[in-house]
Parts: sequence; structure tokens; C-alpha cells
Amino acid sequence: MRYAFTAEEEEFRSEVRGWLGEQLPDGWNGINEDSEEGWRLNREMRTKLAGKGWLTLAWPPEYGGGGASFMKQVVFNEEMAYARCPGIDGSAIKMLGPTLMIHGSEEQRRTLLPPVARGEVEWCQGYSEPDSGSDLASLQLRVDETDDGWVVNGSKIWTSNAHRADWIFFLGRTNQDAPKHRGISFFVADMRTPGIEVRPIVNMAGDHHFNQTIFEDVQLPKDALVGERDRGWYIGATLLDFERSGVQYSANGRRILGELARFAKEQIGADGRPVAEDSLVRNRFAELDVDIECARLVAYEVAWMQSVGQVPNKEASASKILGTQLMQKLAKFGTELGGMYGMLGPGSEFAPIDGKYPKMQLTALSSTIAAGTTEINKGIIATRGLGLPRG
Amino acid sequence: MDIGLSETQQLIRNSAREFLEENCDTQYVRAMEEDEVGHTEELWDQIAELGWLGLTVPEEYGGAGMTFSELAVLLEETGAAMLPGPFFSTAVIGAEALKLAGSDEQKTELLAKLATGKLKMALAFHEKAAAWAPESVSEMTATQTDDGWILNGEKRFVQDGAASDMLIVAARTGEDPKSGITLFLVENDNSNVESRELKTTGSDRMSVMSFGEVSVPKGAVLGEVNGGWPILEKLFQYGAAGKCAEMAGAGQKLLDNTVDYVQNRVQFGRPIGSFQAIQHHAADMAIEVQAGRQLARQAAWFLGEGLDATRQVALAKAYLSEAYPRICATAHQCHGAIGFTHEYDLHLWTRRSTGQRLAFGDTKLHQETLARSVGL
Ligand SMILES: Cc1cc2nc3c(=O)[nH]c(=O)nc-3n(C[C@H](O)[C@H](O)[C@H](O)COP(=O)(O)OP(=O)(O)OC[C@H]3O[C@@H](n4cnc5c(N)ncnc54)[C@H](O)[C@@H]3O)c2cc1C
Repeated sequence: MRYAFTAEEEEFRSEVRGWLGEQLPDGWNGINEDSEEGWRLNREMRTKLAGKGWLTLAWPPEYGGGGASFMKQVVFNEEMAYARCPGIDGSAIKMLGPTLMIHGSEEQRRTLLPPVARGEVEWCQGYSEPDSGSDLASLQLRVDETDDGWVVNGSKIWTSNAHRADWIFFLGRTNQDAPKHRGISFFVADMRTPGIEVRPIVNMAGDHHFNQTIFEDVQLPKDALVGERDRGWYIGATLLDFERSGVQYSANGRRILGELARFAKEQIGADGRPVAEDSLVRNRFAELDVDIECARLVAYEVAWMQSVGQVPNKEASASKILGTQLMQKLAKFGTELGGMYGMLGPGSEFAPIDGKYPKMQLTALSSTIAAGTTEINKGIIATRGLGLPRG
Repeated sequence: MDIGLSETQQLIRNSAREFLEENCDTQYVRAMEEDEVGHTEELWDQIAELGWLGLTVPEEYGGAGMTFSELAVLLEETGAAMLPGPFFSTAVIGAEALKLAGSDEQKTELLAKLATGKLKMALAFHEKAAAWAPESVSEMTATQTDDGWILNGEKRFVQDGAASDMLIVAARTGEDPKSGITLFLVENDNSNVESRELKTTGSDRMSVMSFGEVSVPKGAVLGEVNGGWPILEKLFQYGAAGKCAEMAGAGQKLLDNTVDYVQNRVQFGRPIGSFQAIQHHAADMAIEVQAGRQLARQAAWFLGEGLDATRQVALAKAYLSEAYPRICATAHQCHGAIGFTHEYDLHLWTRRSTGQRLAFGDTKLHQETLARSVGL
């Protein structure tokens, strides 16, 4: 047991922190990554990160990775989240990469992965469909085999960043007769392929983040298939475990708590004293401090399991639940601290901390839904983790 | 004890629900969010016609002479429908202010106009401190002249300020925090009154209003000179109770919408409403709506009967300021991704919940009242 990073990891942390500090503008406080400016900065930072060899830090060198340990990756992810630095293509780096490394052909790895490592491409994830969200295995997007490849028809929905993506990985039904889990295959497609149409969906915070992605007679080559035909469900499921692990929540939370603490010291309450002196406020800070630490350690546990070759499962679900509930609590607290000013959004006169928190209160609502809802994750903990019977 | 609605109250509820379904659907609410003014005169005239504005205005001044209980029943419905426009500011705050503190002359002239839809009102109370406390009135001054007063200063968080015809302005006229505040009725057609919008995430129609050398006649004082704070305290009680009624009504609407959705959304071959996790969410919402509605109605009844409602209002607002945003969040959780879209209506309620939670005192403020009331 050792609750500390190694000297080398700590040194790497300082290096990353120092470098990010130099790259990001003075007074940098993060950006709405759905905005045009946010996307521009994302691409810019991505290229720079690739140049440092950090973009795909833990990937093997032969695919353009840095061959770093899981823990070094954790340190890097923490620093990126703490710095609110854009530039990471989560779906390609955390999900597609590891999946191709296990299930892809050598050819697929060699052609698809290096461009990711160089920061040249954006990927999106086509899993959910209008009638298949939590019940992903019921998906209906139809993929028929032809002599020289595949034809795809159907619709994906909630595809984050599809409007910016160069490539999509998706699950489609290749066998109409098999039981639902056994008729699904995993594919990759160039988004410029004729017949793929991306329709924007504006979210409740007013941003264009996700989309509906329509496939109409889309012809794909044979090598669009990853792994075995009809075995895609099991490939897709590995990937979800990678997606659920994450230290970004606690690192982001730490940054937020620091930001709010500074605010509480400056903000004068109705009694003429700084809000930070109010014992109720202090108590809330302490509670959130504990919440952040819980999320951090459980995320470490997930990363550690991966580092020793175990597949985290209920641990990843617990980490996701702790992290996303933390985001919602922090957003609420950030709004409350401002008193009446807490209702002022981005761009408003007098808005504290750029009006970030009332907006975050809206966006954080989606965190307990995206990438597996809290209810589904609790079900995983109860059944797969604790062995309780399925309902 | 009679927990039920009277015949009149039922009538109010049913006719309001019917009218709002017809004339104030979410399409209208969305259109008004984008609209510069934020409401249509057509709908305003209709609700005046229905007698909603003068519901608690005494009959001698042209109103329906009902109690705050009846108004609260109506507010449950306007809250559920998110009725755009200065209805709350006028029918709750404006009407109660005039009833509480207006001179005979003011009542005769203004209440009649208010009840017939010819006088939209708003409260200009907050300044920099923006707490629901006397300290919030600090820089706004009123200087007495031979024939009246001159007002100078800036007010923040003036809800419906831009759309109103008349503002109730709290100004500092003495040093003592509580006994140095005077209320003034200021017409909003004065070129020395300027308004700028404060952008909230909830379309709350908040303004900053600045007053530069605004002269008002002697008769513009509402209540006594330096007697503003006790009136405001009482007004905040009506405001808080009114917001609770809105939240209780909106909570019921969200519960209904959610129950409807989970009955129709099928995953794993069955309605998601058949999963116990979703059933518990819906039950949690139902419990909070039920408790919240009782607390809100109790507070309204105490106010309507002219009893001391300090405790009842604090109980309701302390509860609903937490429970209602939670009801919104649970509704989202039950809806999944569809509820996170701009196209789906759920966010219309959610985005308003922050303003409702904060209006007339947040949880903490009302908890403090309760702590004192239990003897601490
Ligand atoms: C911001 C955001 C980004 C997203 N990005 C992507 C993306 O890039 N690619 C992609 O493919 N998808 C994406 N999604 C979709 C996401 O994966 C789904 O929203 C999620 O899986 C839930 O599906 P649903 O929205 O259809 O909700 P539903 O499955 O309809 O669920 C509704 C409610 O029912 C509950 N429920 C369902 N089944 C059960 C059960 N068996 N037991 C108990 N409760 C149950 C859920 O927990 C939820 O509370 C994104 C979603 C969001 C919000």
C-alpha cells in the first residue's frame, strides 16, 4: 500500500503543470468547448500536446503513444482537468484506442491510431439510438454485408461532436435473427462517406454539443468491421469500462473548490462579513472537500486496477457515480454562494465567476445520464459487483 | 382542519388550468422568452378580464375581495404554466403593498387601475448587497424638497422592472438600517429612470434600474416616512408564500409530465416506469410535491387569515427552495438525454427554479428564521 505518487510521477506532474501554465493565456479560466472558439483552441492545444508526446501518453509507442504507465496517464489527466485545458479527444484516446488495441486488426491499428496520436483527427461515438439508450443492445441500425463491404441504414442519436468529427465508431445490427446481444457488430466509418448526415441538436444550455447521425445506404469497405462479426456487443462493452473510469471529475472538482474558496473570501455577505466566515458555508466546503477526495481515491482505484491488468467493473461504475454527483453538488454550491448574483449567467453584468455556475448547474444535469445513467451503473454494482439477482 | 379546496377555490383552479392550457402553452412561454417585452398585452388584458389581477383587491376598489389562499391556488396554476409577464409582481407584490400601506387616495386610484390591468407594478428593493435584509438599501437616497422628494441611486434585481408602469422603490431616508427606509411609488415613464437587463439562465426578467434626480410628489410616499422596512418584511412574506405556491404547482406539473413519460418510454422491452429505480424517483417527487403543497397552502392560509405567518412562510420556503430544484433534477434523471435538449420543454421549468429558489429569501435565510422560532 502506498498513498502517494512516485517521485518520477510528481516530477512529471510539475512538468505538465508548468508547461500548461505557459501555453494557456494569462488568467485562463477554461472555455466553453462547444463554442467555436473553444473548438479552435481544442485543435490548437491538441497539436501542441501531440508535439510533446502527451496526447496518447499511455498508448504503446508503435501506434504513436508514449508507452507511459496508467498512473502517469492519471497524473496527466488530472493536470489537464485541473488546468481546464481543452484538446483531448476522449472518445478516440480513452475508448477507441484501447478497443482497437485489444480487438482491432494490425492494419486497423496502424492506419487509424497514429493520426489520433498526432492530434489530426476527431472521432465520435455512435452507440445510442432514439429507441435504444440504456437498453443499448436493442439497437436497430441495420448493417448488411455485401460482396465488397457493408451497407448501413438507420439513425444514431446524441452523438457528441459528430458535427466536428472526421471518423465515427459505431455499433450496428448485422444479424436480425440472433438474440439481441449476439447480432451486433462494431464498425468504423469516415464521416465524409456519402449517406452520413449529421443533424444538430441544441441542448438545454443553448449549446450545440450533440447530434442525430443518420445513415442512408452508406457503403463501407470490408475493413470497416472491427473484430468478429456479431461479436460487437462484447467489444463495445470493454470500451464502456474504459469510458467510465476517470479522474477528471475530482481534479476538476478541486479546481472548482479553490475557485469558490477565493470567491467566498472576497464576497461580502449581508452581515458585512466575508461569506467564508459563515460557519454553514465552511461546513459545505468541508463536505465537498470530502466528496472530492472520495471521487479521487475511487478513480485511482480504477486506474490502479487497470495498471495491474484487472478489469474494473463495479469500481468504474462507482467512480462514475461519485464523480458525476460531485459535479452536480459543486454546481449547486457555486450558484448558492453567489446569493442573488448566483442566478446571473455568462455574459451578464455583475455575474460572479463569469456566470459559470448557473450554467454548470444545467450542463451537470446530463452527467448522470451520459455514458451510462446512474441507475444503470447502480444496477451494474448490484448485479455484476455484488452478485444480486437481476430483476 | 379542512385540507380540501373550497368550491370557489376549485373553480379558480379549474378555470385557470383550462385558460392557461388554451392561452399559455409552452410554445407561448418559449416565444415570450425571446420577446423583448416578455409578455403580450393581449394575454395581459385577458387575465385582467378574468379578474386575476384584482383577486385579493377589496371589492370597494374594484377587485374580487378574496383572500391570499385563493390567490395561492391560482399561483399554483400560473407556476405550472410559467405564465410570462409581471403577473406575480403586480397581483402579489403590488396589490399587497398597496393594501398594506397605501393611503386612501392611493388605494382608490391605484388598486382600481391595478385590478383592471392598467397598472403593472414591480418592486425595486435590492442594491449591491442583494440580501433580503434592510442592509440591501444603502446608496439609493431620497431627499426631501419643498414639494416632494428627489430620488437618486441604482437598484438591482428588479424583477419585471422594465415591463412595469410603476415601481415601488425602497430608498434610504435615515441611518438606522431598519427605521431609515422609505418606500416610494415611482412612475416608470420618467426619462430619468433607466433600465438595463440582467441576464439570468432562467429568463427571469431582472433589471438594473437607475434613478437620476427623479422627482416625485409628496403623495408618492407609500406608508410612513422611514416606515418602509416593516412593510417590506410583510411583502417578502407574501412573495415567499407566492413563490412556494408557484413551485408546488410546477412540481405537480413536472411529476405529471414525468409519470406520463416513463409510462411511454420503453427500454428493455417494458416501460421504464416499471423499473423500481424509476418508480422510487417518481415516488420521491410525489412525496415532495405533496409535502411542499401542504406547506405552501398553510403559509398562504395564515397570510390570508391575517395571522402571524412568519413561521409558516419560513417552513414552506425553506422546504421548497430545496425540494423544488430536486424535483426538477429528478425529472431530468427520469427522462434521460431527451430531457437535456432545448427542444424538449423540461428545461423551461428547470431554468426558472434557480430564480424561484432565491426569490424572497433562499433556504438559508428561512432556516435562520426557523432556528429562532424553535427557540435558538
Ligand atoms: C450530454 C450527452 C452526451 C452523450 N453523448 C453520446 C455519444 O457521444 N454517443 C452515444 O452513443 N450516446 C451519447 N449519449 C447518450 C447516452 O449514452 C444515453 O443518454 C444514455 O445511455 C441513456 O439513454 P437514454 O437517454 O435513452 O435514457 P433511457 O435509457 O430512456 O433512460 C431514461 C431513464 O430510465 C432509466 N432506466 C432505463 N433502464 C433502466 C433499468 N433497466 N433500470 C432502472 N432504470 C432504468 C434510466 O436510468 C433513466 O433514468 C449522450 C448523452 C448525453 C446526455
